[in-house]
Amino acid sequence: MTNLRFRRQFPYHLMILPGLLFILIYNYVPMTGIVMAFERFVPSKGMYLSPWVGWKNFEFMLNMPGIYQVIWNTVFIALMKIIAGVVVPVVITLLLYEAKSRWFKSSVQTIVYFPHFLSWIILGGIFVDILSPSTGMLNEFLGWFGIKPIYFLGDVNWFPFTLVGTETWKEFGYGTIVYLAALTGINPTLYEAATMDGAGRFKQAVHVTLPGLLPMIVLMTILSLGNVLNAGFDQVFNLYSAQVYRSGDIIDTLVYRIGMEDANYGVATAVGLFKSVVSFVMISVSYGLAYRFTSYRIF
Amino acid sequence: MRQRSSTGRKTFVLFNYFILTVIAAACLLPLINVLAISFSSSSAVNSGLVKLWPVSFTLKSYEFVLNKPEFVSAFIVSLKRVIVGVPLNMLLTILIAYPLSKEKSEFRWRNQYAWLFVITMLFSGGLIPWYMAIKMTGIIDSFWALILPGAVPVFNVILMLNFFKSLPKEIEEAALMDGAGVWQSLWKIVVPLSAPSVATLTLFCIVTQWNSWFEGLILLNNPDGYPLQSYLQTVLVNRDMSLMTSADALTLRSVSDRTSKAAQAFVAMLPVLLVYPFLQRYFTQGIVLGSVKG
Repeated sequence: MTNLRFRRQFPYHLMILPGLLFILIYNYVPMTGIVMAFERFVPSKGMYLSPWVGWKNFEFMLNMPGIYQVIWNTVFIALMKIIAGVVVPVVITLLLYEAKSRWFKSSVQTIVYFPHFLSWIILGGIFVDILSPSTGMLNEFLGWFGIKPIYFLGDVNWFPFTLVGTETWKEFGYGTIVYLAALTGINPTLYEAATMDGAGRFKQAVHVTLPGLLPMIVLMTILSLGNVLNAGFDQVFNLYSAQVYRSGDIIDTLVYRIGMEDANYGVATAVGLFKSVVSFVMISVSYGLAYRFTSYRIF
Repeated sequence: MRQRSSTGRKTFVLFNYFILTVIAAACLLPLINVLAISFSSSSAVNSGLVKLWPVSFTLKSYEFVLNKPEFVSAFIVSLKRVIVGVPLNMLLTILIAYPLSKEKSEFRWRNQYAWLFVITMLFSGGLIPWYMAIKMTGIIDSFWALILPGAVPVFNVILMLNFFKSLPKEIEEAALMDGAGVWQSLWKIVVPLSAPSVATLTLFCIVTQWNSWFEGLILLNNPDGYPLQSYLQTVLVNRDMSLMTSADALTLRSVSDRTSKAAQAFVAMLPVLLVYPFLQRYFTQGIVLGSVKG
């Protein structure tokens, strides 16, 4: 009996095998590599056999000047992105839903979704140009209203907000598509009933459309909680410079500089491990919450 | 039923169209600005004349970019990466997703395997151990460093798995009754039935492969092997002068930093622009299968 079942299921194992090997080598071997966080890395001894130093790397991390600022920057930027990433798409979805011209609606969708597919390399190049205080298009535009040029990418006070703004610019189209898809599930009789009860369009938006979106809003918000330590490496790395480290340096960029530029592997792994552990807890909690409140399951 | 025209309503409708137009413009104008700069002469750009339309139209910047051997070779590496990487991504995605889409009664180890894959999305060893593991496999500084570490797109596997699960079971059961093996059933029935999701995920993979830059920057020591985005990272963002030859520096005087950067950004954007209409046709489907699923 077992033998028969094994023979029937054997092809399934075979199908999974190649992919499994890839993740074992490139995902699970690195997980064992977190032992480096407790070692003083010696290149000749390698990842597993370098001298053990216990919690030294973590002590070093906690005594690094500015480490708390970096953690604060990460959480602050990430939280602002999460909030903007929910509010902006929802508002625009409600507006788009009210626009009755199908041609107009799909054109707007097509346009706002496009930046989602551009890399932060290209966008970095574009934003450096557009946000320049001397030659940039945005500052020129603001100048029409008598606003003095702002150094969006070089001013410590502006930089975090520039990050949130550009990230929202890139991603709100994606969110809008998700919310619009959720709206197709709303029962049209609800609107008829609301009209019968004398609700105008605004009241319909507040009492029918918004509640229809609510499960999706809750789901997206909960799932994004796992990102509180993900302030967006690709974006920050391609937009920041030494003059905005104070407000713009995040855990991921710090790990990159300690590890790749200073070659201090032990400390970089320790900082990375700290982030991985906190993120793991946050993601697990958020998936648990998502399952409880919206019965969302990953698979 | 829902029509109730009043002046307030009309004002709102106008205002709504206006706001949405402004928002769409805000997404489009930066790209148009860059395009206009790339087609303008450097003197016009430097004196701040170029807004949304090229001034003293010229193709000089494109000539400069397309004659730059580093740019051309990086472009080819990126193409190679898409051609090799995307089929591998899709093959692995389908092969993993199919068995995992089975019920536990059909495939006893389904949940264990599925968690093994999902965990890689929840936890990672971090940058340095990732680098060391890749180094141990001996592919640092080779083309394969761009392909193998990211061969399994786990998130896509989950999307594909959920789509396979939503297919009506009866069709496959009938095929299996008729004596088809699971391999046959996968390629002849399940995959063709899933054509829209396979197409969506393929396009997502193309864009991801095209846009990746970090692997190139970290895993290749020799800039000659850089894919386009890694190369542009050093040009557009880092302004790394060491990668520039003296001949480049000379031409740059006539082409100007800004126009050449704009041209490079636009050429790098071009493939994404080309697949975008197809992406767009499937995207709602693709996203619905990912997110709305309860």
